[in-house]
Amino acid sequence: MDGSQVGPLNAAETEDYAQVVEEHFGGLIDADQRIEPRDAMPAAYRDTLVRQMAQHAHSEIIGMQPEGNWITRAPSLRRKAILMAKVQDEAGHGLYLYSAAETLGVDRSELLAKLHAGKQKYSSIFNYPTLTWADVGAIGWLVDGAAIMNQVPLCRCSYGPYARAMVRICKEESFHQRQGFEILWTLARGTEAQREMAQDAVDRWWWPSLMMFGPPDTGENVNGAATQSHTKQSMAWGIKRFANDDLRQKFVDMTVPQAEKLGLTLPDPDLRWSEERGHWDFGEIDWEEFWRVLGGDGPCNAQRLAHRRQAHEEGAWVREAAAAYAAKHAARGQGAA
Amino acid sequence: MSGTGEWPLFEVFVRGKRGLSHTHVGSLHAPDATMALRNARDLYTRRQEGVSIWVVPSGVITASSPEERDSFFDPAGDKVYRHPTFYEVPEDVEYL
Ligand SMILES: [Fe+2]
Ligand SMILES: [Fe+2]
Repeated sequence: MDGSQVGPLNAAETEDYAQVVEEHFGGLIDADQRIEPRDAMPAAYRDTLVRQMAQHAHSEIIGMQPEGNWITRAPSLRRKAILMAKVQDEAGHGLYLYSAAETLGVDRSELLAKLHAGKQKYSSIFNYPTLTWADVGAIGWLVDGAAIMNQVPLCRCSYGPYARAMVRICKEESFHQRQGFEILWTLARGTEAQREMAQDAVDRWWWPSLMMFGPPDTGENVNGAATQSHTKQSMAWGIKRFANDDLRQKFVDMTVPQAEKLGLTLPDPDLRWSEERGHWDFGEIDWEEFWRVLGGDGPCNAQRLAHRRQAHEEGAWVREAAAAYAAKHAARGQGAA
Repeated sequence: MSGTGEWPLFEVFVRGKRGLSHTHVGSLHAPDATMALRNARDLYTRRQEGVSIWVVPSGVITASSPEERDSFFDPAGDKVYRHPTFYEVPEDVEYL
């Protein structure tokens, strides 16, 4: 089904109808009630959700690649089993989110086609390479840590299926962050070379992790202004509960003491406690880099997408065989009846 | 055929433990019911969340329509006497 022609919305696109939708929908939103799949909803609300859930789902499955890269080289059987379980969880997160998006009348294959064609995005964090084993630790600690910070408020998102998927995801994420911290904790107390490896990984992942919260919603440039109005609308709809900058600050405040515990340095000379604000001050984020990587010019963009397409194409025969088998048995069942 | 678009959608219900009823947990695509069951196990019970799974083809579910919700559920609206709190009884009567 084409995403633009879903159910009740198109049945009667008169002004009266739009008015009823607005009143009913607005009433539910005002009462902080959940919107469910077959409820009438404004087209813009639906489009925003489909886009956000698709991007989120794409991020989960593309996110399997940087870590999957280390499964065969994990330093022990224990680490290998853990990493496989984590990567498998990310596949699961992608599937929860695709099925949540499908409740709005889009088809998963349609969303995947858009990803493969580069028409829908995924989180730019996954366009950075995993150069050493310590990167697996840094990803779990920082990237999953930032993802949790972003995702916990989504458990209260106004769209029921999205919120429910997020509850499952958040439950599973906490092990991801802890296993990452544990990897770094072990390396930081290992040999000098291991400690250096851990520090190097943190140096490379810290800033991209801060970018995961998205551009500042208080900015004055064009992108900032666009983000601001986008954030405002999403907040009014109950899709977003906190501003990007607030979540980023929370993440910094949470992470600084953890880094101290690890005995690793966060690569920001401007990082200092502000008595006045009651928060950690931190340095300027390189938004040029963010827009560049998001726009396709990161270290691994082409590789990630090519790998994703290849995996999809090479799996085609499995999907076809399963469908043929199912068709054969369905036909036999009918013959017998 | 290229995608999963031609695989039907199944709704998944999981019984968390004995004594509880099956609860809807989400949906998935699969070529047939047997595969749907296996995929549901991998997708929805990776941490022992269930002791039993049902998969139901989404297409066979008949649902009430959100547009009619007012009139559809109306008949129950004015029947407060179906609740025990509706009745006035003396306070000193026990086990009532
Ligand atoms: Fe995830
Ligand atoms: Fe994760």
